[in-house]
Amino acid sequence: MIEALDLSMVNWARAQFALTAMFHWIFVPLTLGLSFLLAFFETLYVRTGNEVWKRITKFWMSLFAINFAIGVATGIILEFEFGTNWSNYSWMVGDIFGAPLAAEGIFAFFIEATFFAVMFFGWNRVSKGFHLLSTWMVAIGSNLSALWILVANGWMQYPVGMKFNPESARFEMENFFEVLLSPVAVGKFTHATSSSFQLACLFVVAVCSWFLLRRRHQEMAKRSIIVASIFGLFASGFVAFTGDEAAHTAGQVQPMKLAAMEGLYDGEVGAPLLIFGIPNLDKRPGDDLPAFHEAVGIPYALSFLTNRSFNSFVPGINDLLYGNPEHGVMGVTEKMALGKQAVEQLAFYKGAKKVGNEAAAQQALVGFEEISPYLGYGYLNSAEEAVPPIALNFFSFRIMVGLGIFFPILFLVFVFATLYDKVAEQKWLLVTGVASLFLGYIASEAGWVVAEVGRQPWAIQGLLPVSVARSNLTAATVAGTFFMFLFLFTVLLVAEVRIMLKQIAIGPEEN
Amino acid sequence: MLKKIWHFYRDGFRAMVLGRTLWKIVLIKVAVLLALANFILPDYLNRNFNTAQQRAAHVLDNLTPPGSASGQ
Repeated sequence: MIEALDLSMVNWARAQFALTAMFHWIFVPLTLGLSFLLAFFETLYVRTGNEVWKRITKFWMSLFAINFAIGVATGIILEFEFGTNWSNYSWMVGDIFGAPLAAEGIFAFFIEATFFAVMFFGWNRVSKGFHLLSTWMVAIGSNLSALWILVANGWMQYPVGMKFNPESARFEMENFFEVLLSPVAVGKFTHATSSSFQLACLFVVAVCSWFLLRRRHQEMAKRSIIVASIFGLFASGFVAFTGDEAAHTAGQVQPMKLAAMEGLYDGEVGAPLLIFGIPNLDKRPGDDLPAFHEAVGIPYALSFLTNRSFNSFVPGINDLLYGNPEHGVMGVTEKMALGKQAVEQLAFYKGAKKVGNEAAAQQALVGFEEISPYLGYGYLNSAEEAVPPIALNFFSFRIMVGLGIFFPILFLVFVFATLYDKVAEQKWLLVTGVASLFLGYIASEAGWVVAEVGRQPWAIQGLLPVSVARSNLTAATVAGTFFMFLFLFTVLLVAEVRIMLKQIAIGPEEN
Repeated sequence: MLKKIWHFYRDGFRAMVLGRTLWKIVLIKVAVLLALANFILPDYLNRNFNTAQQRAAHVLDNLTPPGSASGQ
């Protein structure tokens, strides 16, 4: 297995980015979800005047602060990595990413930072109403921050509202709203935030389950569980709805990602959605080997998911690579031919500009623009390079969906057990509640694996493969910084867990 | 008004318990991250090229590798 690893610069850069993004994503969902739970707890305090809710709010606020403090600025490393490891990409998308990231800075972060101080310092210093407003604004501001980042990510998966300018070698934005409201961006934002709410609810349930197992802070734990479980149930419904929509959108704009998620090699009419399967790791596109050793699926469900029609055709990896004229599927091989022409036209344009031949440059530009949507395919050496890792996508998708089905059941059981005042006696349920936090993180990270590994080899879908997006650095340079960040992130994670556990052990009374 | 805001922040920072530890962590972490980022993650194009035009030309060179056509 080790000898099969490709330790090239681009793979080290991918690994470093994945490490940083997945580390960053440990903190982000808890911040997004817990901020709304704080707002709910405080709303209950303001509405009822019951001091218990205030104590509960302040306790969760202290855990929110720890998570925020450790997580803040880890995302900045991603931006530095763009400039260092992915300089071609970074240059090319500067105009597109500038607008959403500036919007984040101006609107979301400003709102968040302004009301943060009031939320933490304002107890008994400002009116109850203004304090509550501040807590809500922190929640809304945090989630708005996520919106802009996910809009940028959504654009990479479905590049719309722009045009490539060969003069500046940049994608230039033509329609901000097309970028902001693209189905992928909207799907990413709604799915990522709702799954973050779900994770935060699992966090509250896990901590409270631990309190109940230890027979400590029982009233606070039961009250917190009921709020978190009900919010978790609603969030789970939304996760399912947005997840279905995200998969449907992937089927329309990133069919290769969907085919990889399903391990679907040969397209089918009335395709089944696999519940479980053991992929054949020897299977390669175009060969006759079976795709799975064993598989169990729901008939017609994949066709419905993809096209909202039970008897529709879902293209498989082979159809997408080699084309399927019967079903109107253009293959990667055909796109590669057009992509290579696009690269040629670009080279003509560059050469003509260099010698000052404006007429030839304009002619090349016209030729380039006609086939520019296929530009990225021109850099592939073989059609098979367009296939993302199948097994990783297949299993990540099933882990995410399987856990996504388990969590609402767990929330429902907690709601009933708490309403009937039996929760403290159900040791099995409390142990499951504690364990569910880890499952929540696994589901959350698996979601990102599906989203990001599933779109490989593209840095920008169809336009720029990672092999061209990278900087001209050596593998050793990037490998060195990879291990440096691995060490740093491990230290930070250990610090977070230790401070968090210490604060949980102190409990609400001491705050 | 400004005095009230100043007192609000000053008293808030003074009254911090857990917050003191967290602020220390934030400041140390940001300092370490920015130092690391500046030293080991320099911007490749900014370091190697002086003007936007040179950077654009370099990226365009990477998009049109040797072997692709030339309009000269």
